[in-house]
Amino acid sequence: MNIASLSLHQDGANWQLQLRGDWSLSAAPLIEARLNALPVAPQGAVTCDWSDAENPGIGAAWMLLTRLIDLGVAPMNITHVGSAPHYLALLQRLGSLRQAARINPGNTTTLEGVVGGLGLWAVVQGRNARGVVAYFGRIAAVFGQAFTRPAALRGSSLVRHMYETGITAIPIVSLIAFLISVIVAYLGAQQLSRFGADIFVVDLVTIAVLREMGVLLTAIIVAGRSGSAFAAEIGVMQLNEETDALRAMGINPIEVLVLPRVLALVLVLPGLTVIADAMGLAGGCLLSLVNLHIPLPQFISRMQESLAPTTFWSGLIKAPVFALLIAIVGTYRGMEVRDSARELGRLTTVAVVQSIFFVILADAVFAVLFVQIDF
Amino acid sequence: MLDTGFNPVIRVQGLCNRFGAQVVHENLDMEVRQNEIFGVVGGSGAGKSVLLRSILGLHQQNAGTVALYGRDVDKLAAEDRSAMVQSFGVTFQNGALISSLNIAQNIQLPLREHHSLSEKTLDELAEMNLLMVGLTPDVAAKYPSQLSGGMIKRAALARALALQPQLLFLDEPTAGLDPISAAAFDELLLYLHAQLRLTVVMITHDLDTLFRTCSRVGVIVDGKMISDTLDGMMQNPHPWIRAYFHGPRARAAEAQGVATSEVTAAAQGVAVAGG
Repeated sequence: MNIASLSLHQDGANWQLQLRGDWSLSAAPLIEARLNALPVAPQGAVTCDWSDAENPGIGAAWMLLTRLIDLGVAPMNITHVGSAPHYLALLQRLGSLRQAARINPGNTTTLEGVVGGLGLWAVVQGRNARGVVAYFGRIAAVFGQAFTRPAALRGSSLVRHMYETGITAIPIVSLIAFLISVIVAYLGAQQLSRFGADIFVVDLVTIAVLREMGVLLTAIIVAGRSGSAFAAEIGVMQLNEETDALRAMGINPIEVLVLPRVLALVLVLPGLTVIADAMGLAGGCLLSLVNLHIPLPQFISRMQESLAPTTFWSGLIKAPVFALLIAIVGTYRGMEVRDSARELGRLTTVAVVQSIFFVILADAVFAVLFVQIDF
Repeated sequence: MLDTGFNPVIRVQGLCNRFGAQVVHENLDMEVRQNEIFGVVGGSGAGKSVLLRSILGLHQQNAGTVALYGRDVDKLAAEDRSAMVQSFGVTFQNGALISSLNIAQNIQLPLREHHSLSEKTLDELAEMNLLMVGLTPDVAAKYPSQLSGGMIKRAALARALALQPQLLFLDEPTAGLDPISAAAFDELLLYLHAQLRLTVVMITHDLDTLFRTCSRVGVIVDGKMISDTLDGMMQNPHPWIRAYFHGPRARAAEAQGVATSEVTAAAQGVAVAGG
């Protein structure tokens, strides 16, 4: 097959274009170069001779036509001769439609636009914040109804979510709590043994695990596991209009979808925290035994000395709060999904990132609060 | 090289498809000729979509051969297979536009994949395909979720036409459209069929579309296909076909089809200009 070429014969104000070689779509880069080499447009008619074009494609024909029109040739002044492709009538007409559509101007960035955009952003953020508060209120209202109408609690759904978010999370939560506390004890031992204060590794592990790490790690793992699952499950139901279907049947989606998830997480996260605490202490105990040769009875008695009555509770009391944050952010983002699979992915990511952020923020607030009230 | 002028364009012989104990197709034969609009009908669950998926190579049949342009698709070398896929366009039932890409990017997707084109050329080709299906160029920057059902069907058609196929497969192109949009889509299809000299295989439940556009119809009954012209189909004694083509909806559609065929030329203009 010959390469595409375009030769131009100028005849006064008229052009005669001779197309040769491969004019299929695969030759498009070459054709584009040939077309760009055309000089400024004539005032008269343009005749395109297709008799030597091989495999003329509609795309290449369109490129020729639009280039001529952009050069200033009126569509009606273009004629085609020599076994012209059958679709040129269609293209000629599309060329006219294209001109008609070309009038609308493009949008440009102005200072006004930037300020307006900022204001719009602020308004949207304000609405979002109000939306979250309203959402929390709706969940609370549905929960309130459950006192007068226990059926609103959806027992089977609650149990299922407790199983999925709680029981199935036990292995990973245990493993991570165990490993992290081994790491903390190991690093602590490195430092403390320089002062001969090995025994304080027990204090370090006990207080760190019970006050902070047990609950925080559990909350972060659960945010990654269940926060994303909540957002994705509810998001897909949004995309399938399942939530709308529920509303249309007079069933409140908050009641059947959101409340069971929120309640389930609030109920299981303290349990998971207790497991994480136990596994963390076990990890610290094991490392103390192996690395520092602290026997188990000594570890336990030292642990009891280091514990204040509130140490364990100050960790555990945070668990339901973290659970509430994770569940509300996850389900809220799920409910926000609209229109496309891309939104689903984006909001699932947002759900995980925000719930981890809120958990850490709440933890900081708790830390200050506990110091202030001497808990 | 594929001979896209080969007649018949599609020849399916002895096709069998089973899902477990459920037999969908049993020795199904089908033939689609050059430059016709071939409608595929059948009851729900009769295997219309499975047949389409078998032809497209999206579903491996249990037995039988599918030949496109006289070549058995199961025996094609990889590069021939790629050329084959590029030689037809497909629209899926719900459009199947990629939701994370805007309409122009959706149309350009196959072009980018199979050709090395400049951005300017890509934009021009996307514009051409949009204009061709009766959409305005400002649709190009929109995302599928921002379009109405009728516009999505047209955008999907624009994407199917992007590689300039000679053969077009449409899966329920007018399902879910209001009668005016559906009728406009019929006219658009007829216009493009005439202008681009396409061969079209169309699955449809829409009797209006069937009577308006199709030159021949294949009915899937009892796992086999009965193909005939519409006139022939009307005479067919098979009970399901009789029920289908002589039901109350069919009679209305038929009466309307006769009435509208006289204003074809005028309607075609509307179809292309209207969005």
